[in-house]
Amino acid sequence: MSGLSRALLLASAAVFATAMGAAGAHAQTIHVGVVASLTGPAASLGIPQKNSIALLPTDLAGHKVEYIVLDDGTDATRAVADARKLVDEDNVDAIIGSSVTPSSLAMIDVAAEKKVPMISMAASESLIKPMDAQKHWVFKTPQNDSLMADAIVEHMAKNGVKSVGFIGFNDAYGDGWLVQMQRALGNAGIKLADAERYARTDTSVTGQVLKLVAAKPDAVLIAGSGTPAALPQSALKERGYTGKIYQTHGVAVMDFIRVGGKDVEGTILPSGPILVAAQLPDSNPVKQVALDYVHKYEAAYGAGTVATFGAHAYDAALLLQNAIPVALKTAQPGTAEFRAALRDAIEAEHEVVLDHGIADMTPDDHNGFDKRARVMVTIQNGAWKLLP
Amino acid sequence: MDATIAAILVQDGVVNGAVYALLALCLVLVFAVTRIVLIPQGEFVAYGALSYAALDEGRVPGSAWLLAGLGIAAFAAGLAHERRASWPRILPRLAGECLVLQAISIAAAFVLAPLRLGPWMDALLTLALVTPMAPCLYRLAFQPLAQASVLVLLIAAVGVHLAMVGLGLVFFGAEGYRGPAFLDASFSAGPLTISAQAIVILLATLLIMGSLAAFFEATLAGRALRAVAVNRLGARLVGISAAGSGRLAFTLAGFIGALSGVLIAPLTTIYFDSGFIIGLKGFVAAIIAGMASYPGAVAAALVVGLVEAFAAFWASPFKEVIVFTVIIPVLLLRSLASVPGEDEE
Repeated sequence: MSGLSRALLLASAAVFATAMGAAGAHAQTIHVGVVASLTGPAASLGIPQKNSIALLPTDLAGHKVEYIVLDDGTDATRAVADARKLVDEDNVDAIIGSSVTPSSLAMIDVAAEKKVPMISMAASESLIKPMDAQKHWVFKTPQNDSLMADAIVEHMAKNGVKSVGFIGFNDAYGDGWLVQMQRALGNAGIKLADAERYARTDTSVTGQVLKLVAAKPDAVLIAGSGTPAALPQSALKERGYTGKIYQTHGVAVMDFIRVGGKDVEGTILPSGPILVAAQLPDSNPVKQVALDYVHKYEAAYGAGTVATFGAHAYDAALLLQNAIPVALKTAQPGTAEFRAALRDAIEAEHEVVLDHGIADMTPDDHNGFDKRARVMVTIQNGAWKLLP
Repeated sequence: MDATIAAILVQDGVVNGAVYALLALCLVLVFAVTRIVLIPQGEFVAYGALSYAALDEGRVPGSAWLLAGLGIAAFAAGLAHERRASWPRILPRLAGECLVLQAISIAAAFVLAPLRLGPWMDALLTLALVTPMAPCLYRLAFQPLAQASVLVLLIAAVGVHLAMVGLGLVFFGAEGYRGPAFLDASFSAGPLTISAQAIVILLATLLIMGSLAAFFEATLAGRALRAVAVNRLGARLVGISAAGSGRLAFTLAGFIGALSGVLIAPLTTIYFDSGFIIGLKGFVAAIIAGMASYPGAVAAALVVGLVEAFAAFWASPFKEVIVFTVIIPVLLLRSLASVPGEDEE
């Protein structure tokens, strides 16, 4: 008896759920899944990204847009599980995520298998290149490492740097940068004098820095992200190193200046234009979009809280907002046709002004950023300053 | 490599080794008294460093709320553990240990944090906030399991570690922080530049080691801990509380962990999850010392610090690998030297 009533209950629940699902389809809500690293080592990227998603309008072209944010714990396995959950249970029309390259790479399989457009917030170029049937479905908003590496090397060449020392994180971030720098330096004919590695949690980099200083490079590039990138710079200053010190865009957060203090004065780094949005010339179309984001973010979370990483999520949503009205012309949300149309619409976006630059998508380039997506910045009197 | 570079590396290795030595001492102590491999030791370091950095900015650190929560939870667990009839007897002491002490620390943090009284006061407040967490954790997670096997206790310790990392993210946030140095000075000795902070670290380590030695030799509580370490049953027969000893050992571990955090906060950026890898290096030293010998643990910690410094110079991509590989020949030697069937379990 109880078995029968249980079965009845389940059946009625199933009918009810189907009815609800059908009703949802009639309301034509657009579902966007977001996978971000809210916990784990990349939490400082994922949290501003989640915050940025919360700033987005929930109405678009007469449709309700619902963002479903899941945490992947900076773990590739969980990122895949999250992506599957979003596709299978929430029937999302697009996925934004994840915050870091390993998680994003793992999610590509799901996006391609289920034919859902995916916009990654991770930096590595390997997510979208070389283009193939799987990466057909994948886009990304952060600038490619190579774009930033070229900017650094260009600046080095212009300033007469002949040899470079490298010290980077002992992880995927440092690996990626070392490969990019070897390529870019080789092209520019600049010598890589020494390459050292350190860990995010190290309390001392004395050994590495001694070796770097002994190699006497004209400039040193520190490839770390966030405040731990200040440690080698302090150690270099302590050892009396007087050459130029370059950092990557991974340090483009106020905390880096707070922690580094006077040791990081004069650091040169490439960055998305949003970091110095207020200093951009008015003729730069990025200025308006970026300032708008900064104001919205700081109004919601307090002055000085904005981080460039959060803008990658916002840019992904901007791409979707442009593509959704186009896709709606051919299909209804929640269908495979809509997802395919959405992908085509994102790929067809030209000269879209985002927080980090101007994206010009092509079937071969799913990032679309060019030199307008990066500026060289220095640190002067404890603030970011745009270099001409 | 010339003599100057070697001297700088040795200095660097000794300073880092001093911090690992403190952690290794805690691991040996806690293991001897409670048979728990204290994986969460590193979290006390991270909590200490993050609380210290927050106090320096004039904010009340998240550890205040965490301490309040842990205290209340430990109080409830303490009551649930006892029969209702014995509540009146244990209530004053339990409330004192789990609620009153915590309330005083938290109140002090709220009153003193906005005043920004300088690094020394911040360090004291940090110790007052983080140290009482340790006995609460023991009450909550380990006291009910006190009779379980070493393996069960180890798994519980891993669980506590994971929970503490998660709580660290909730209460301190995802951003890393760096604290101010106690003394912002440095001295030149030949080619060496010795920072005042390095001297503070070495002095604090020596002081802690001296105090621990005096505590174990000269005080009743210290001797009771030693007795429990030597023979748990025998100690109980002469009236030494195993649970009380466990809480005392945890309190010492929490205190030393938080102090280590305060000491390294000016050297590097500490994140909510940074404690584990630092604690792990202390663990390597404790393992080399067989989880049994205090002087052995200190010597091993210095070796770990030196190996780390020289590995960073010669082969920085493999530094961590080299440090953790040190453990393999030691384990091999130990397993060859040990007599089978020695295990107490």
